[in-house]
Amino acid sequence: MTATVETRPAPPAPARSRGGGMSDGQKKTWWAVADLVVILYALVPVLWILSLSFKTADTVTDGNFFPRAWTWENYAQIFQIGIFTPALVNSIGISLISTVIAVVIGTMAAYAIARLDFPGKKLLVGISLLIAMFPQISLVSPLFDIFRGIGIFDTWLGLILPYITFALPLAIYTLSAFFREIPWELEKAAKMDGATPLQAFRSVIVPLAAPGVFTTAILVFIFCWNDFLFAISLTSTSRSQTATVAIANFTGASQFAEPTGSIAAAAVLLTVPIIVFVLFFQRRIVAGLTSGAVKG
Amino acid sequence: MTQTSDVTVAAEPRAEERRKKKPALSEGARAERRLGWLLCAPAVIVMIAVTAYPIGYAVYLSLERYDLRFPDQAKFIGLSNYAAVLTSQFWWQALLVTVIITVISVAIELVLGMLLALLMHRTLFGRGTVRTAVLIPYGIVTVVAAFSWQFAWTPDKGYLAAMLPEGAAPLTGQVSAILLIILAEVWKTTPFMALLLMAGLALVPDDLLKAAQVDGAGPWQRLTRIILPMMKPAILVALLFRTLDAFRVFDNIYILTQGSNGTGSVSMLGYDNLFKAFNLGIGSAISVLIFIAVALIAYLFITLFGAAAPGSEDSR
Repeated sequence: MTATVETRPAPPAPARSRGGGMSDGQKKTWWAVADLVVILYALVPVLWILSLSFKTADTVTDGNFFPRAWTWENYAQIFQIGIFTPALVNSIGISLISTVIAVVIGTMAAYAIARLDFPGKKLLVGISLLIAMFPQISLVSPLFDIFRGIGIFDTWLGLILPYITFALPLAIYTLSAFFREIPWELEKAAKMDGATPLQAFRSVIVPLAAPGVFTTAILVFIFCWNDFLFAISLTSTSRSQTATVAIANFTGASQFAEPTGSIAAAAVLLTVPIIVFVLFFQRRIVAGLTSGAVKG
Repeated sequence: MTQTSDVTVAAEPRAEERRKKKPALSEGARAERRLGWLLCAPAVIVMIAVTAYPIGYAVYLSLERYDLRFPDQAKFIGLSNYAAVLTSQFWWQALLVTVIITVISVAIELVLGMLLALLMHRTLFGRGTVRTAVLIPYGIVTVVAAFSWQFAWTPDKGYLAAMLPEGAAPLTGQVSAILLIILAEVWKTTPFMALLLMAGLALVPDDLLKAAQVDGAGPWQRLTRIILPMMKPAILVALLFRTLDAFRVFDNIYILTQGSNGTGSVSMLGYDNLFKAFNLGIGSAISVLIFIAVALIAYLFITLFGAAAPGSEDSR
């Protein structure tokens, strides 16, 4: 390729750059338009649900994109319904516990994959891959029966177990990709400089590994927070029902004539923490999402 | 006191290092091996206990007549459940709907994702803003997004329904509802596809593109002759994952249509069989069939297109 380039006289083409015959100003405008389209694409459905959550009961069915009359009533109501607060607590508790366990177990396995040499490594990677592709609905019927049999149907544990399982492949891939980037020789160098192994680990390796572990934790949390299928199949009461299920149930068994406002308000509350995470850690999340997947 | 303990602990990794270079000396290698297994054991045990055992149990259940309302009458009936499912039009319709949703949404996502990836890779300004915006559909709970679409398309309530002709109720027609399910899927997962593709795009050297440009290759030629061939591995991985993910579609359908008017996917069918018909035997047969279908798709991808499994590099 380069050889051909060198042998040919440069055609006039390179003088005008990428955008064809456009001037720089025009090109900028086009990129700006494209950027704007993407931002609108991402935001419109979110703004719509936000707008619904602030509409009053009279105007919620007016079909306007922006509310004409604003109210906090919907937010006050969802906490009075009674099923939402415990569901929110369940969602937070179950997602946090699952995240911590999955990240700890995943870190151990990822460290072994990235640094140690042992037979069966391929098998572990293979198993993770299979589970990443596993159809979750296939587990619903058997887990429903098994969990009822051993008494963990409709408990936190009954959701934490499948969440850990399906979060592990994600955790292992992301973490092992991060761990492979860590310059482990630094640990040795620190020890040669007189640091104890613990010191070397704490002041050299932990700061290097922490961003990867943290990013993985965010991705795993988003995964657990998002689940609906397991939550609706393996729970039946507010003892372990998560917020996604509670929202879906507003529709059928509502004390209100029009549950739209309540659903919208609850939906916004579920979305806010994720959007805050995403805004703060955008760069890391992008790195985490792409690290595990492109190495193939 | 502390000094001596430090020395012994510090000696260990060095010894390990030395032995790694000479695999014939097996004591250190064996220690490393043991440590490797020990560290992986919890992950492997959890993953197998929660997937392999239940799927085996599902195979067993699928050979039984097992109605949750009459658990005492559970009885081995061989392959009858499979015969019942495979001769039922509900199964074939759900399968057809699932395949349609999967194929169309993945195709659209690939094209849109590619455009989005090029935009994020090349845009002259606002790159950080665009990347952050794009993460919102990825991060948002599927059920929440599905409600947003459902309200938007509900007549008299939604801003999108308001743009349609009077009396149109797109969520109640089979074809229009499936299109809206596809739209919801595409909206939610295109950004993820775009991020995977963007990472692949970063592997295409800029010099090569410049050289091609100097050679007189237009933008289209550069895309089809250089960028796409070089991105093939990344594209295949993204396609494989998204296809299998789309095949499991459940949340969007549950919220948007509840599977009514012939819009249910195979996942909806499995769910309904368990929680509306209370038939664990038939439900398990459906579970096993879906598992086989997914295995088949993955196998076809890997053999036909040579999609390399992500992480396969790790094991080398």
